[in-house]
Amino acid sequence: MVGKWLKRLYTILMFGFLYAPIAVLAIFSFNDSKSTAKWGGFTFDWYKSLFQNDLIMRSLYYTILVAIIASAISTLIGTFAAFGLYYMKPLKQKVLLNVNSLPILNPDIVTGISLMTLFVALNIKLGLITMILAHVTFCIPYVVLSVLPKFKQMPSEMLEAAMDLGATPWYAFRKVIYPEIKPGIITGALIAFTLSIDDFVISFFNTGSGVSNLSIAIYSMARRGIKPEINALSTLMFITVLILLLILNKRTKIEEI
Amino acid sequence: MIKRLASGPYLFWLIMFIIVPLLMVFGYSIVQTDSSGNLSVSFSNFARAFDPIYITVLGRSLKIALEATAICLLMGYPMAMILAKMNVKYRTFAVMMFVVPMWMNFLLRTYAWMTILGKNGVLNGILSFFGLPQVQFLYSEGAVLLGMVYNFLPFMVLPIYTVLMKMDSSLIEAAEDLGGNKVTVFSKVILPLSIPGVLSGVSMVFMPAVSTFVISNLLYGGQYMLIGNLIEQQYLVVNDWNFGSAVAMILMALILISMAVMNKVGGDNPEDRGTGLW
Repeated sequence: MVGKWLKRLYTILMFGFLYAPIAVLAIFSFNDSKSTAKWGGFTFDWYKSLFQNDLIMRSLYYTILVAIIASAISTLIGTFAAFGLYYMKPLKQKVLLNVNSLPILNPDIVTGISLMTLFVALNIKLGLITMILAHVTFCIPYVVLSVLPKFKQMPSEMLEAAMDLGATPWYAFRKVIYPEIKPGIITGALIAFTLSIDDFVISFFNTGSGVSNLSIAIYSMARRGIKPEINALSTLMFITVLILLLILNKRTKIEEI
Repeated sequence: MIKRLASGPYLFWLIMFIIVPLLMVFGYSIVQTDSSGNLSVSFSNFARAFDPIYITVLGRSLKIALEATAICLLMGYPMAMILAKMNVKYRTFAVMMFVVPMWMNFLLRTYAWMTILGKNGVLNGILSFFGLPQVQFLYSEGAVLLGMVYNFLPFMVLPIYTVLMKMDSSLIEAAEDLGGNKVTVFSKVILPLSIPGVLSGVSMVFMPAVSTFVISNLLYGGQYMLIGNLIEQQYLVVNDWNFGSAVAMILMALILISMAVMNKVGGDNPEDRGTGLW
């Protein structure tokens, strides 16, 4: 009996710990005062100034642009990579998969500086292009890892069978293999997209002046202290995430039934 | 033929953007430019990393990352157990609510603590409401530790939760039938079986904690140097890429070695490692 209450209390405390900071940000995003120590009345001003903030709006644009391009490229390369890997000799496959896991295991900061070193050596100006290249690099391994298992679940003779029946390799890929691996591709693309949207460290080292994503914008604003616009931004982002996850949760439940 | 073509771009990408950059960093770390601009191979960058100042940095990073990992484990294990035993009706929802903050931008989660701990922050507001003196919470080692625990706690809870969920409940029932009390059942059955999840949680907390430079920068300020800050500064402020690369190599070796040790301790059954984040 005591144990049950203790469990409830613990759960409440943990969720309190997780959500208190987010709640504080949400409350103070409506505070008509720059200070977070006192309440100066209710206002929507910070939301207004958020949407008039050039830096944040431009960063939002770059974040989404980079995420779309990087996830599209990495999904394309990663899917065909999984296809190639599946038919590869075991040893070669193993070696490549080990290299594949390097960006996953390595600390972000090491991946970030190593790519920056490469771009500087190649004399590529740091900016939008380098940021996209860097994002594609850390997204591909996750796409490969989510598509490859789908190949392994597929009966191994399917490609041969289709080609024996007269399909060209490309036709066989589209009509026979693609439907089998489609769930893996979708998962991979979603992982790539979220990783790209959320990335800070690697982008931080591989971007140039004038190009920043939301994380970089938040970082540079937060370093200069508390900005109520960030409170408004995080409240909006939290609501977006919550709605997306609720929809996703509902959808998977329906699929399970 | 087409099978080979398919992985062509991937091979190019792996070599060009993963292997070559790492080799370049390695190259930078073992090269030194002398005053007349001549390049020479030397290990002086590594030797410099073992200077007392930098050993302190390394030690501090390890210490605070280990502390964060230990606190996450102590706080997270009971939570994972509670979640795993929860009624199915609420469980999915509870787990989802546990994951939601993790999906928020990492910078925002860290920034949130700045508003709470700051000089004019919420905590000090509460203190002054009760007429108590102001306390400097922000820009302390404790603030950095708190930021780490807050950011990485879900990484500890989820793998342990996954392992606990997959655990064969008949084993626990058997232990109970054979007369084991709660403590024995936990220490002899549940805990040993959940070790793979614990290990995976430990590495998922320790790795980002030991290499972060964002949390320490925001919650401590400029002077608090963790390995991550040191690398960032050498690359972006001091512009000593050779020394920065040497430190990055040390960090990389540290992480890869600890991963290898973890794998060894955890046995070779990667299927059981609770990587069910996705």
